[in-house]
Amino acid sequence: MNIVVCIKQVPDAESVKWDHKTGTLIRDGVKSVINPFDYHAIEAALTLKDKLGAKVTAVTMGPPQAQDAIREAMSLGVDEGVVVSDRAFAGADTLATTYTLAQAIGKLDSVDAVFCGKQAIDGDTAQVGPGLAVRLGFPCVTYVGGMDIINDGKGLRLKRMTEQGYDIVEVEFPVVLTVLSCLNTPRVPSLKGKMRAKKAQIPMWSAEDIGAEPDKIGLAGSPTKVHSTYIPKFEAKREFLEGDPEEQAEALVQRLKEAGII
Amino acid sequence: MLKIDLDKCIGCGECEEVCSFGAISVVDEKAQVDAELCSLCGTCVDTCPEGALEIEGGQEKGQVDLDDWKGVWVIAEMRGDAFAPVTYELLGKARQLADELSVPVTAIVLGHGVKDKAPELVARGADRVVVVDNEALVHFVDEAYAKIIAHLARQEKPEIILAGATATGRAFFPQVATMLETGLTADCTGLEIEEGGRNLLQTRPAFGGNLMATIVCDDRRPQMATVRPHVLKPLEADTGRQGEIIDFEPPQELLDHRVKVVESVVEEAEGPGLTDAEIVVAAGRGLEKQENLKLVEDLAHCLDAAIGATRAITDAGWISTNHQIGQTGVTVSPKLYIACGISGAIQHLVGMQGSDIIVAINKDKDAPIFDVATYAIVGDVKEVLPALTKKICKERGVDV
Ligand SMILES: Cc1cc2nc3c(=O)[nH]c(=O)nc-3n(C[C@H](O)[C@H](O)[C@H](O)COP(=O)(O)OP(=O)(O)OC[C@H]3O[C@@H](n4cnc5c(N)ncnc54)[C@H](O)[C@@H]3O)c2cc1C
Ligand SMILES: Nc1ncnc2c1ncn2[C@@H]1O[C@H](COP(=O)(O)O)[C@@H](O)[C@H]1O
Repeated sequence: MNIVVCIKQVPDAESVKWDHKTGTLIRDGVKSVINPFDYHAIEAALTLKDKLGAKVTAVTMGPPQAQDAIREAMSLGVDEGVVVSDRAFAGADTLATTYTLAQAIGKLDSVDAVFCGKQAIDGDTAQVGPGLAVRLGFPCVTYVGGMDIINDGKGLRLKRMTEQGYDIVEVEFPVVLTVLSCLNTPRVPSLKGKMRAKKAQIPMWSAEDIGAEPDKIGLAGSPTKVHSTYIPKFEAKREFLEGDPEEQAEALVQRLKEAGII
Repeated sequence: MLKIDLDKCIGCGECEEVCSFGAISVVDEKAQVDAELCSLCGTCVDTCPEGALEIEGGQEKGQVDLDDWKGVWVIAEMRGDAFAPVTYELLGKARQLADELSVPVTAIVLGHGVKDKAPELVARGADRVVVVDNEALVHFVDEAYAKIIAHLARQEKPEIILAGATATGRAFFPQVATMLETGLTADCTGLEIEEGGRNLLQTRPAFGGNLMATIVCDDRRPQMATVRPHVLKPLEADTGRQGEIIDFEPPQELLDHRVKVVESVVEEAEGPGLTDAEIVVAAGRGLEKQENLKLVEDLAHCLDAAIGATRAITDAGWISTNHQIGQTGVTVSPKLYIACGISGAIQHLVGMQGSDIIVAINKDKDAPIFDVATYAIVGDVKEVLPALTKKICKERGVDV
């Protein structure tokens, strides 16, 4: 069985600082990390591997340094990894990203399952998993919060979280899954894994390597464009309610009564 | 790539100023771009008074005949036997957009036994309702949903399609967009028509709400967006409105799907659900310890309010994560939001700033939460909350 995990390198949310006065991102010293949700995708893939036996390949589209993410995934037990990297991929929206990832995945031996995180914390779109499923012609199960193997390893029973509860669904391989953090607890890297990851040769695939059509990748392949950006400003139209706690509470009660709320 | 025409550049620094990524600097009176930092957002291109900036490698215009695509669609979402509130919010916005574009609003509803619900969509702003009522659609089957909507869109060519940014909307809508090879903007909080044109300006938070980005999809159709629940206001129901109700009987291949729903479980929430509540009392780390959560629960009880929390609290395990409000939690926009011991981190603010009245109680008068507050109470939650609870309970005749 062949399993793919899609991982993305994102700026570490804890180290990203925002200067609200100038409205700029302070990038000094920002570390890149694996998107938090993707650790759970890796763990889910490794769980399947443990139970069914499989080769797990991590795929990432990003700059050359994204190979750090692949190495980290390998230290956790992922067998192989590939960085899909080319200047021509820059500016990709989710449509171009799913095309690129699908082209890369298409080069691997026939794939049975693709795991993605629920969303990437830099863009928060949650669109890559479902879009990739369409590109690959696989069914998709989103927001996976529970996973069991059924049909002698031919399929999965999954808990798909919804607004009001959850669905229990069944699907046969091949399939694309997007996973939530409540699905599992990611393992920690093993010493052996770390050694292997350090030594591994990580292939780097260009647009040409994956046979990508130039007008479907990067900026050219992205129908959505940023038209403008602005820093949200909050108008302080507040009223401070003064006095001791009793007086403050009384003042608030009066205002809520006037507003017809109580 | 951002290209700067150095012959045209006058070194005025406008671009440096507007760049949110610190990617442009003016050196020796000429703008320079740091390609590593540049996100190709294009904000600078529009501000340059000399037209010296250009994003290269963009798409050629005019691939599709944009004028062939007309009309605004809303995908209605069911929640049990009724429509999810976001459906009405989308219809309200669609009505406004469609009026500006002088086109009709069409609502698409998929499910089983949904036909008699169609008039409610007309009452909320739709001119037409396409009903896809089929046994196979009794549960949410994203594959069938996606194929049916993509099929209808190819036939009828709407210029805009909107869906809720809910667990279901965010599951099937990206599939539709991929099938149609068009753009989709996730989780929008604002939608407007570009002045003098027909492009949809889709605004969404980026970088955890630190930045708002306005996205356009100007050379493909349809323009698609998922919209955050509880951000837009619905229209009042007007049962006098007239509309056309059309049945669509999908051929079997559109109904075929490979994910089988075995069961659909609705978990009963205690008290009013967070996203639908009219009043939310939210707890932050300023409560100091888990026992003090009781102060928030008491106030919520006498207001018949739902309880919200910051991530600091849910991470600490004081309360379950489905109470978390903000970027990685839920968005709420109640009539009244009472923030108790919450600092007001941007990731939290993006989930509650749409509330009508915001009350903040915090002992630090400079806490950022006060920037969005209507009523600010500088004080200790351990003292203010009991006093407030007592008075409100008395006012409402409720026992604590
Ligand atoms: C990627 C990412 C996503 C995130 N998503 C979310 C999200 O969805 N939702 C969310 O809430 N957070 C989110 N966060 C976390 C967020 O940045 C803040 O850390 C969090 O909201 C802070 O919670 P808090 O206000 O309860 O705690 P703190 O920031 O610690 O604030 C406590 C406040 O209580 C006040 N206080 C202390 N004692 C008292 C007292 N006795 N009486 C009155 N006031 C008192 C203090 O002055 C302080 O202002 C996210 C962070 C990241 C990096
Ligand atoms: N550039 C990328 N390379 C590999 N996987 C990605 C990439 N972008 C997104 N993904 C995957 O898609 C998921 C959802 O991302 P997004 O749709 O951007 O929120 C992530 O958790 C990853 O698993």
